[in-house]
Amino acid sequence: MSAISDTIDATPKSRGPWATALRRLLRDRAAVAALVVFVMIVVLCLLAPAYAQWAGTEPFKSTLDAVIKLNGQDVPVMEQSTEGLGLGYTPIGPTWQLGNYFLGADNQGRDVMARLLYGGLNSLFIAGMATVVTLFFATLIGLAAGFFGGIVDMLLSRFLDILWAFPVYLLAISLSIVLIAQGLDLGIITIESGSLWLPIFIIGVVYVPYVARPVRGQVLALRESEFVLAAIGLGVPSHRILLRDILPNVSTTLIVFVPIMMALNMITESALSFLSIGVQPPDASWGTIIQDGQTLLYTRPMVALAPGIAIVITVLALNVLGDGLRDALDPRSKIRIGRS
Amino acid sequence: MRKWMLAGAAALAVAFTALTPAQAEYQAEHRGGTMRLVARSAAGTLDPQINYTLQYWQIYQSVYSGLTAFKKGAGEEGFEVVPNLAEELPAVSNDGKTYSFKLRKGIKFSDGRDVTIKDVVASFQRIFKVSSPTSGGFYSVIVGADACIATPATCTLEGGVSGDEAAGTVTINLTRADPEFLYKLAVPHASILPADAPSTDAGSVPLAGTGPYFFSAYDPNKGLTMSRNPHFKVWSEAAMPDGYPDAVQYDFGLTDEAEVTAVMNGEADWMFDQPPTDRLSEIGTKYKDQVHINTLTAWWYAPMNTRLAPFDNLKARQAVNYAIDRKALVNLFGGPVLAAPVCQVLPPGFPGHVSYCPYTKDPGEKWSAPDIEKAKQLVEESGTKGQKVTVIVEDTAVSKSIGVYLQSVLKEIGYDAELKPISPNIQFTYIQNTNNKVQISVSQWYQDYPAASNFLNVLFGCSSFTEGSDSSINIAGFCDEKVEAKMKEAFALAATDQAAANKIWTEVDRMVTDAAPAAPLFTPKHIDFVSKRLGNFQFNAQFYWMVTQSWVQ
Repeated sequence: MSAISDTIDATPKSRGPWATALRRLLRDRAAVAALVVFVMIVVLCLLAPAYAQWAGTEPFKSTLDAVIKLNGQDVPVMEQSTEGLGLGYTPIGPTWQLGNYFLGADNQGRDVMARLLYGGLNSLFIAGMATVVTLFFATLIGLAAGFFGGIVDMLLSRFLDILWAFPVYLLAISLSIVLIAQGLDLGIITIESGSLWLPIFIIGVVYVPYVARPVRGQVLALRESEFVLAAIGLGVPSHRILLRDILPNVSTTLIVFVPIMMALNMITESALSFLSIGVQPPDASWGTIIQDGQTLLYTRPMVALAPGIAIVITVLALNVLGDGLRDALDPRSKIRIGRS
Repeated sequence: MRKWMLAGAAALAVAFTALTPAQAEYQAEHRGGTMRLVARSAAGTLDPQINYTLQYWQIYQSVYSGLTAFKKGAGEEGFEVVPNLAEELPAVSNDGKTYSFKLRKGIKFSDGRDVTIKDVVASFQRIFKVSSPTSGGFYSVIVGADACIATPATCTLEGGVSGDEAAGTVTINLTRADPEFLYKLAVPHASILPADAPSTDAGSVPLAGTGPYFFSAYDPNKGLTMSRNPHFKVWSEAAMPDGYPDAVQYDFGLTDEAEVTAVMNGEADWMFDQPPTDRLSEIGTKYKDQVHINTLTAWWYAPMNTRLAPFDNLKARQAVNYAIDRKALVNLFGGPVLAAPVCQVLPPGFPGHVSYCPYTKDPGEKWSAPDIEKAKQLVEESGTKGQKVTVIVEDTAVSKSIGVYLQSVLKEIGYDAELKPISPNIQFTYIQNTNNKVQISVSQWYQDYPAASNFLNVLFGCSSFTEGSDSSINIAGFCDEKVEAKMKEAFALAATDQAAANKIWTEVDRMVTDAAPAAPLFTPKHIDFVSKRLGNFQFNAQFYWMVTQSWVQ
């Protein structure tokens, strides 16, 4: 190798923006730890069917008369009080034996651990898909409003204003109450009551203004940038400008929103399910399991605590990951989330 | 300790005798104080001719009077009808169609005005003017009721209820003999109110009554206060005894958990709602002396729509009956101390009840175990396997857990079952309306008065079914000619021979149970959790704990 080529090779390679962002992200220990925790939670939840099969438990079937072996003895899953007046039936508490009612039973005699994993699967699925719904509609509205301006911007922005004027939870609860019994029939889209897609749709829709407004703001700025003005001047069709020039520039914003929205959606889903207007039985989510545990707070607090802890850990991980992604993708922190 | 011994003695005394000198002694010793009650929420309008809730019927017993009353006695004494504002039980003539009452003299409303014949006649008219929920059921037998139901505002009950001011008598004419009419006169909807009481729902405005207490304040969001009626004098210990506390303060807005804690801490003397299941064990051990458990004449059941697939098929309905594990449901309700499995419509101890259990592992008199295999076979034979079934339950902890269990059982025997919990405010009317196409639901029925017809005719009679109505209490839509004929036979016989009529009702009970328009689940027991200081607890089979017959000092 010649001296000249040595000199050229020694020149630092210029990294692409994605590689730079990844490098920044990997340097952020908190974000990496959050990512690891989140991935572990997802993997554990994906193992729910395998866990239920291995434990020989049916997490969606009432097993009030089940008896398990515990330390060599037969123990009923539902224990009748034998003291005093003999009032009340109490589910078995945590055995701390994997595959054998590790976290105890709920008031239907069902294995809480198995339900926790299945519930996590549903909670993550709903949170993830609702994020997709939010980002899809928010991007569509933000791009159209910011790029076309004028009457299109006015109409779309007022629509977002109206949607944003309702407190998010009030709107979500109202929609859920209306749709939970009848399902949703929009002609092209039909969602049956009891379907997981119902909370996905509701949660996805109520958060659209949350993402659409910053996206619109960014598109408004990009619309006046030189490269976009040049493209317009050259007669490039609008859809091409939107897809080729503007969308890639807002994609970092959208990526940062993914974990943040997932965390928000997870909390919203849990709240709706806790109020019986989210995931419907016998399906489980962390919110429904907390609701199941509400009637057992004094005797079997683990039924409510376990999904509560799971929600806290997952949401914390997503928020830390979101912060890390924001710092990595946009060190100047252009994104300001809120009503302004 | 001394007070508790006295309370025990008092309970025994009241159980076996009417007013005794001891009672007067207790009145002197324990009279006074403020009794504090708590509940999750108010129970709606305070109008006694409209409100149809146990929560308020219980406290109306010390505030409003009818011509007759259920005896204020412990246990099944409470089923006995005694004269109240009437001097004595009426003379019945005209083949059981005319009732003549003589009004007691000297009784005053809590606003100081005398109770007159005019008030009595106006009160019967008002039942229809305010469209009382039982106007078309209980009181439709009164002559002129049809016109009143059609045009309530102009109701006169001409030829039906008339009064003679001079003689102090009231005569009620019926279109047909009704052996249960005296019961119907003893419920709060037949309360005698001032003639100038509004012809619309009085809502939160208390109406004057004649009992030992009157409602001095009511805010449905906060509470209800009962104070002593200064114009009350005891006219019948059996019908309307005086009360012990000077005032009763009923507070609303607490959670079940908070209610339990309030009673445990002595901040409340009684909670209306059933204690939550996770506190039962604690209550039954640490506070067992403050717990009273009594059997109710009631049932929890799962009505199945006999006019809608899959339960328009007898075998499908029988399958559900075979499959349900009543023992499991009893456990969900709090265990065998608080409920007992049932297989038939009439509750144990009720007139006409003879134990009968056809849908169990070993058919006979008692439920033994579910027969899942038989249930699966019946579902196969019915050709309904795989059909979608939706279970509608109240969105409360117990109802929902029963619903989850039912859904699980329905899935096990071959249906594609789903569960819909609905707000308790609307579930009861929702499941009655055929427009909602409810296939199976979970409901409860507590007797209005101790007659077999109050279960069998009300819940499964053809006349109790109205297409598209929120008030179609025959939720199953069951209407069978043979059963209907048998019920008519029982009604006719009851006018002359109640015992013989009850035997016919036994047959009706079996016929309805065999036809399986509902799956009987269990008969509940009532748990009253009271404060340490509360004495002289007495449970009346008709209206439950007699609030003002207990003392707090």
